[in-house]
Amino acid sequence: MVANPLTKNIDMSRPPLDIAAYEANDGYQSLHAIAKGLSPDDVLELVKGSGLKGRGGAGFPTGLKWSFVPKGENSPAQKYLVVNADEMEPGTFKDRLLMEGDPHLLLEGMIIAAYTIQASKSYIFLRGEYTVSEKVLRNAIKEAYEKGYLGKNILGTGFDLDIIMHTSAGRYICGEETALLNALEGKRANPRAKPPFPQVSGLWGKPTIVNNVETICNLPGILTYGVDWYHGLTKGNDHGTKLFGVSGKVKTPGCWELPLGLPIRELLENYAGGMQDGLELKGFLPGGGSTDFMLPEHLDIALDYDEIAKVGSRLATGTMIVLDDRTCPVGMVGNLMKFFAHESCGFCTPCRDGLPWVDQIFRDFENGQGSEKDLQILHDHVTYLGPGRTFCALAPGATAPLGSGLKYFKEDFEKHITEKRCSYKH
Amino acid sequence: MSQQVIASTAKKARKLSAPEIAEIEHEMTLYPDKKAVGLEALKIVQKHQGWVSDESLLGIAKYLDIPVADLEGVATFFNLVYRQQVGKNVILFCDSVSCWIMGCEGIKGHIKEQLAIDYGETTEDGDFTLIPVPCLGDCDRAPVMMVGPDLHRNLTPEKIDSIIADYKNK
Ligand SMILES: Cc1cc2nc3c(=O)[nH]c(=O)nc-3n(C[C@H](O)[C@H](O)[C@H](O)COP(=O)(O)O)c2cc1C
Ligand code: SF4
Ligand code: FES
Repeated sequence: MVANPLTKNIDMSRPPLDIAAYEANDGYQSLHAIAKGLSPDDVLELVKGSGLKGRGGAGFPTGLKWSFVPKGENSPAQKYLVVNADEMEPGTFKDRLLMEGDPHLLLEGMIIAAYTIQASKSYIFLRGEYTVSEKVLRNAIKEAYEKGYLGKNILGTGFDLDIIMHTSAGRYICGEETALLNALEGKRANPRAKPPFPQVSGLWGKPTIVNNVETICNLPGILTYGVDWYHGLTKGNDHGTKLFGVSGKVKTPGCWELPLGLPIRELLENYAGGMQDGLELKGFLPGGGSTDFMLPEHLDIALDYDEIAKVGSRLATGTMIVLDDRTCPVGMVGNLMKFFAHESCGFCTPCRDGLPWVDQIFRDFENGQGSEKDLQILHDHVTYLGPGRTFCALAPGATAPLGSGLKYFKEDFEKHITEKRCSYKH
Repeated sequence: MSQQVIASTAKKARKLSAPEIAEIEHEMTLYPDKKAVGLEALKIVQKHQGWVSDESLLGIAKYLDIPVADLEGVATFFNLVYRQQVGKNVILFCDSVSCWIMGCEGIKGHIKEQLAIDYGETTEDGDFTLIPVPCLGDCDRAPVMMVGPDLHRNLTPEKIDSIIADYKNK
């Protein structure tokens, strides 16, 4: 049986499979199953049963999210599916691989999702810098229209779907799903108040589902090979496979599709080849720049949403950033704070004013001018910028590496103050 | 990039070119209202003109019949809408965390030396503009940067030299 449904067609040394080659390897079979009589509710039940959780960061159950979309005659006729392809979380490089490597997998998944919620229009919200993804996807969309998998009355089901490509112009906040909807409507990309949730009132006030690229890419396998097969993939509690990446000073950085539930150690040592010679692991962010640091003592924990949450971090995007013992942890957190300060959308005060303050303090530390008082201000901001105090999750995301960095690398912060310099610089 | 706002309403809207209008018209078929096309129109004009001048911005607002202030609000929100003239090749240099760990600051120093420009600046010959960009999603091949639409990976000082030479000759 297929063990790597997300990447089975991917070989970056050649162009992605065209529609014929994709179909020859079980591609688009789910559409034929739908045409043979699978109803939207049937698909919804399959996806709920699969246990698929969103791969965009929050890990929300996909079937449950879809079930909030109003249905029936009294629901708004126009519904939308939006694919979140705005990948910009520092240290995250998985959606690019899926789009450049196998564009038809994403399109097939989109057709399944749109059919389930009965959306006749779907936008791909693509990061503007992803020029290769754009080209590859536009070409695949054209092939799918020619084949009758997109457009009117797909395979005689009476279901219509248009896929529209929207390329963004560079702002991390656009990845936040309600900010993304504002951006698509041509507005400044500030987040929206929730409720109403997009599932009920989203794009142009219509019911809208926003899903991550990797989430959508899970769907064809679930329909083609079945829920039992999907349940057989995992080595842990959460279902399916996931793309896991490792960057930083390891021997062979990269991105691999692995079952959920493997120990972190296996990813780091067997796939990423362990640390570069002469370096020791000091810590790591397990799922991109908005996750809490974990330590070498956590290596035997499973790559699983709940297991990682137990030690106060998040699996999130599954792309790990590795900190070695010769790289300054204060500098690493400072780099992240500069990013968050720059990307704050400016809508609410704690984030707009707090993050630049935090950023400035890190610059002072870097220059040997950090003080105990500064350290206290940093600690205070872990609270001020934390969950529930800002309008969206960007600022709380910043507190993840900040708070855990202050906790785990306390001595390094202290040393910057007492030595009045960064001792990692030679 | 720039936070500058249109200084003088005395500036006249530029009449958009036929190819610009054709592309904007196509985008209009994909969205339910004109406002939604604002960003696309800014990008289309930037593709043709290299940047978005006040005159172009006024021209787009007029063509789409949307308030100038709204369009300017969108234009200044996005990092990749250039409201100042940029060089022939824009270098988007990743300065995010994985690239930082892999030594992007040294690479940036080398670019700065070779081209005699810092972030936000353009070389005297107008060939290159250097802009920092958040994570380019290629962290396993850090440090990375884009020049125009092209991605360059595993950067070293030597690679930078040959990349600069290649684009100069283009
Ligand atoms: C600041 C911020 C940035 C985000 N960026 C992304 C992103 O680039 N891609 C993504 O899929 N989700 C991103 N998210 C999460 C989305 O808001 C949303 O939860 C996700 O797209 C839902 O998809 P899923 O249910 O398939 O995971 C971001 C969230 C925040 C708060
Ligand atoms: S937390 Fe930051 S990014 Fe989110 S709404 Fe407030 S200012 Fe904007
Ligand atoms: S941090 Fe530079 S590409 Fe991701």
